[in-house]
Amino acid sequence: MEKLFPKLQIINENGEWNDETYKSEITEDLTKELYTKMLRSRLFDRKGVNLQRQGRIGTYVPFEGQEASQIGSALAMGEGDWMFPTYRDHAATMTFGHSLKTLFLYWKGRQEGCIPPEGKNIFPPAVPIASQLLHATGAAWAEKLKGTDRASIVYFGDGATSEGDFHEGLNFASVFNAPVVFFNQNNGFAISVPIEKQMKSKTIAQKAVAYEMEGVRLDGNDVFAVYFHTRTAVERARKGEGPTLIESVTWRYGAHTTADDPSKYRDQNESATRREKTDPILRLERFMKNENMWDEKWAEELQESLTAEIEAAVKEMEEAPAPHYNDVFDHVFAENPWPIESQKEAYTHSRGDR
Amino acid sequence: MTTAVDTKKLTMVQAVTDGMRVMMKEHENVIVLGEDVGQNGGVFRATDGLVAEFGEKRVIDTPLAESGIIGTSIGLAMNGFKPIAEMQFLGFIYPAFNQIMTHASRIRARTLGHFTVPMVIRAPFGAGVRAPEIHSDSVEALFTGMPGMKVVVPSNPYDAKGMLISAIEDPDPVLFLEPMRCYRSTKMDVPEGKYNVPLGKAARLQEGSDVSIFAYGAMIDVVTKAAKAAEEKGIKCDVIDLRTLYPLDKDMIAESVQKTGRAVIVHEAPGTGGLGETIMSLINDTSFLYMKAPVERVTGFDTPVPMFALEDHYLPSADRVVQAIEKVTQF
Repeated sequence: MEKLFPKLQIINENGEWNDETYKSEITEDLTKELYTKMLRSRLFDRKGVNLQRQGRIGTYVPFEGQEASQIGSALAMGEGDWMFPTYRDHAATMTFGHSLKTLFLYWKGRQEGCIPPEGKNIFPPAVPIASQLLHATGAAWAEKLKGTDRASIVYFGDGATSEGDFHEGLNFASVFNAPVVFFNQNNGFAISVPIEKQMKSKTIAQKAVAYEMEGVRLDGNDVFAVYFHTRTAVERARKGEGPTLIESVTWRYGAHTTADDPSKYRDQNESATRREKTDPILRLERFMKNENMWDEKWAEELQESLTAEIEAAVKEMEEAPAPHYNDVFDHVFAENPWPIESQKEAYTHSRGDR
Repeated sequence: MTTAVDTKKLTMVQAVTDGMRVMMKEHENVIVLGEDVGQNGGVFRATDGLVAEFGEKRVIDTPLAESGIIGTSIGLAMNGFKPIAEMQFLGFIYPAFNQIMTHASRIRARTLGHFTVPMVIRAPFGAGVRAPEIHSDSVEALFTGMPGMKVVVPSNPYDAKGMLISAIEDPDPVLFLEPMRCYRSTKMDVPEGKYNVPLGKAARLQEGSDVSIFAYGAMIDVVTKAAKAAEEKGIKCDVIDLRTLYPLDKDMIAESVQKTGRAVIVHEAPGTGGLGETIMSLINDTSFLYMKAPVERVTGFDTPVPMFALEDHYLPSADRVVQAIEKVTQF
């Protein structure tokens, strides 16, 4: 199966060409855009972990190490498409249009963190594992019924492939030929459980075969491989040629969440080694140096401006006016039924507000 | 001047079909999906003829996967469609529980109204038709206790069509429960075309001053018989068909018990955690000092619905209801 589904790569760990098919499209502009977005998300992620440590936000879910998978795939999507993330996919959602402020608000426990900017079809993060595959299929099916060429992308991890909803999502999308890209980030661990205990299959991509669907396995730390192969899957979906299952093989350096201690279940030296060897951002830096695209001053200024952007977002998050408790009550239904209305009144009264 | 409205004699299941047909004609975005709902017209024929009339794009035979049906309906609903998803039996809804609990019912709240899931989940339910195991469950309370869901149960053909139309027009997810025992038990004059029976409103089936009886679905037939037997003993019952289980019609419940001072609540779902407890607390909140006797409940037991050889023991009977009526009047 590993031979049938080889890990596609465009540039290798040293930033050297492995597949020159897309060489003409890999311009300095695209490269710098990808580098910028990856660095932006990494700085955001580190800030998120720090803010949690300082008690300024709640439990945070870090994604460091998975930037290429998320950004390459998100950038392949177009205006009007749909995105269904998990709680670990804020690099994807910020690339697709979420504001950094909104993302921080989510981790501060604010409902506003679930709301995308107007015109951006970004669903709130799915917490129940694999449940979102069906929403992506439904939303894509709706686009097909409406006769548009819009598509959905849905993110999920290796653990999610054990859930029934994974299989139901793939099967429905296959049966109804829904324009969906099922984007799996295989980071090797479902919290603590390694993939060898999750499945006997050698790859996740091979599961596509059962659904008569395209299956693609790629190096999820090679942002070009992710971007171009996802783009191909999206194009296929738009043309009515059906869904694709992409397995993007990557690694999370850190904990499952800030409440998790990965040293309990794996040797974190592995992460340290991978940071040196296979890091997606470092790989792009090496590539840029090899291709004479690297400019130290540009990189320094970029780091400064992104840091300033993130600090500004933190400030906006912290200065956001406190939410009103009416938000607990007023959005369950279009109109409050009497039980909610009387509970709201009683609560308001108990606070002496009315 | 009055306008004559044409009517048809329909069973409840035919009225359900007619409700869907009317709304599918009127709204392009209304679609029907579920197991066997297409060519077969549903195992109860509730979708009979719809695929011929509206085509396979709008009347969709899905793979056999309840979570898949509800999960994709959520995606369809928040992207402009109005799915009517059929669960073949309420007892088969459990694989979809996660989708309903964690998504359908709370997407509006999670996003402060940015995304909504206007969908209807239809499900035949209840015992008394000699169905195989699991097919007879009455688990409406799992959903009345689920914030963000409306739960409705018609008991006759007229209400079934009018309430289904209201459910389809509702901007939020509605669980529409269809008592199997009522599917073909009676025919009734049902208006052609569109009309609404509002959600959240109970109906008084019989006016009486001595005991309030609250029931819904297939239990309406049982309590109607019990009320008749009680009347022969000189006890006048105020019989209320609740029709909507969430939100309950608080005003009619309070008004009725404040008049009678006595109440009997009847449902075939298990007593513990059932609607009877909610109604009792509602009576307590609104009408405590009006009560002349403790409220009685006649319900299914805290047991799985037995296989059908025993189901008549499980189901509330007119006789048990009469005994409860006598108990509250003799208190």
